[in-house]
Amino acid sequence: MTSAQNWWKRTSNTVGSAWRGMPKWVRILATLLFVAFLYILPNKEFYEYLNIPGVWIPLYTTGVEFPSALFFATWMILLTLGLNIVCGYAGLLDLGFFGFFAVGAYTVALLTSPDSKLITEYHWLESPWPWLVTVPIAVSLALLSGVLLGWPTLRLRGDYLAIVTLGFAEVIRIIARNQDWILNGDRGITRVGHPPGKWSDGKAIFGILDTRPYYWLGLTLIILVIFVSRNLVRSRVGRAWIAIREDEDAAELMGVPTFKFKLWAFAMGASIGGLSGTLWAGQNSFVNSSTFSLENSILVLAALLLGGAGSIGGAILGGFLVVYVPEWLRSLPFLPESIDVNKYRYLVFGIILVVMMIFKPGGIWPNRRRVEEYKDRAKEVAVGVV
Amino acid sequence: MLLEIDNITLLYGRIQALHGISMQVEQGEIVALIGANGAGKSTTMRAISGLRPIASGRIMFEGEDISNVRADLRVIRGISQSPEGRGVFPGMTVRENLDMGAYTRKDSAAIAQDLDRVMDLFPRLKERERQQGGTLSGGEQQMLAVGRALMSRPKLLLLDEPSMGLAPMLIQQIFTIITEINQQGTTVLVVEQNAQQALSRAHRAYVLETGNIVKSGTGPDLLHDPAVKAAYLGVA
Repeated sequence: MTSAQNWWKRTSNTVGSAWRGMPKWVRILATLLFVAFLYILPNKEFYEYLNIPGVWIPLYTTGVEFPSALFFATWMILLTLGLNIVCGYAGLLDLGFFGFFAVGAYTVALLTSPDSKLITEYHWLESPWPWLVTVPIAVSLALLSGVLLGWPTLRLRGDYLAIVTLGFAEVIRIIARNQDWILNGDRGITRVGHPPGKWSDGKAIFGILDTRPYYWLGLTLIILVIFVSRNLVRSRVGRAWIAIREDEDAAELMGVPTFKFKLWAFAMGASIGGLSGTLWAGQNSFVNSSTFSLENSILVLAALLLGGAGSIGGAILGGFLVVYVPEWLRSLPFLPESIDVNKYRYLVFGIILVVMMIFKPGGIWPNRRRVEEYKDRAKEVAVGVV
Repeated sequence: MLLEIDNITLLYGRIQALHGISMQVEQGEIVALIGANGAGKSTTMRAISGLRPIASGRIMFEGEDISNVRADLRVIRGISQSPEGRGVFPGMTVRENLDMGAYTRKDSAAIAQDLDRVMDLFPRLKERERQQGGTLSGGEQQMLAVGRALMSRPKLLLLDEPSMGLAPMLIQQIFTIITEINQQGTTVLVVEQNAQQALSRAHRAYVLETGNIVKSGTGPDLLHDPAVKAAYLGVA
């Protein structure tokens, strides 16, 4: 083990035990303060003062508006939190997770846009529905597609499951691009509905110019999903998921109905992915097939592995870093404009992930159990036991 | 008859692993299944616990046909298996592993009793209660796997190679505990490569060769059978 690893281990252990050692009320207060900080964050009067101490380099983005960058991070974090249930808790390698995001986004777009063919051509709807009404529908449809995809495929294990889910996301993207009768291919669906609400002066809260309300909404949803995830993983369901992840045969021998719980994980993850899609569609107000490229599915998975699969903190950290760091780098003054950070994003992540898998396979913020699982698997490979 | 296996066959893809095996386990017995590597011992265990579907034949448990019952429901009926090799949950603590063993049960008072009993059988596990499964030594993992299988309070305990990779002294110890478990009222079916230990502890035994039962008898009889001696006990 290198000294850098040792240093990291010692530091994170010290921080961890110091945190756990504090009285409960201190921890709750600190958490509340941090949440308040997150809500205040996108206000210009506040974030203007966030700089790297000593040098005058801003921590906020300048290339893209800071609240927008934060909002991008929120829907990505929702995705990583959703995938964390599937992949982090239950250990199912889902390479097509973005497909559920697409289901959520398209459902909202089709039902809320006045340009939707459901209204203009087929007259199934008389007028666009409000965004809020379509969210539960979109989430249910994402859940349903998770169950439909999981039903035949969850009997497969490991690599096979990865291949099938990869196919699923590609099928959704290709259908969206090539068929014309409803999803409208690359031309997409415009004028997607926004979340409801008006300020006291009559202007819409969720407008086009101000991204802050979307960020606040996203942040609120994240907090909600954190609570759900935490309670799930501590329940009987969660214990079954962890058992399946650690050793599926052994889980079955303990009397865990593995297929049922894997399907559960798939459905839960899918609905959170769909929820993220509804949020994104509401803000973006335009949905077309090019958003749902394969790279995005891989990006979500990469984010989760980078942060630490199986830990909520890791999922959040990974989702945030993957979106925010490239945006931030782009706005650095000393980076020449000819370098498009986005272009190298996958290359850099690729390298980081390979390095991580070698030195820190559990991710930046690892789950204690998973670290031991990786070691165990390495041992099996070494011994040759399958 | 607690367990009755009637002429079962099992396929791995196109490869036939079991060619019509029949065997019985009576209430209260220790029955051993011995054979060389690849003879189909573990496969037979997987068929009984339901991890692998059988292609033909019948598995009867307490007089009911369970051939098509899912593995998790067989646990509820009273069949519990300790899997071969590294079958413990590596990321869970010893205590969490044992709790998983009682996953199908809701009678918390009785579970607590069984936990005490397992800790009495394996004092080592008590010392290591908060340690993660993956950090235990091979012998400790084996004890944990057996202890965990006991936590479902099974009628039939299936042990797959409990001595694998253990030092001779530990093998002795683990078989002594198996005998003790049996005397406390649990029926045991044990699969072993260590034929010496298995045959001297078992009431009855079957010898498995390339997916067929080639011999059966009481433990002592087989222990003195010239063919068994030559093939499995390393004595000419």
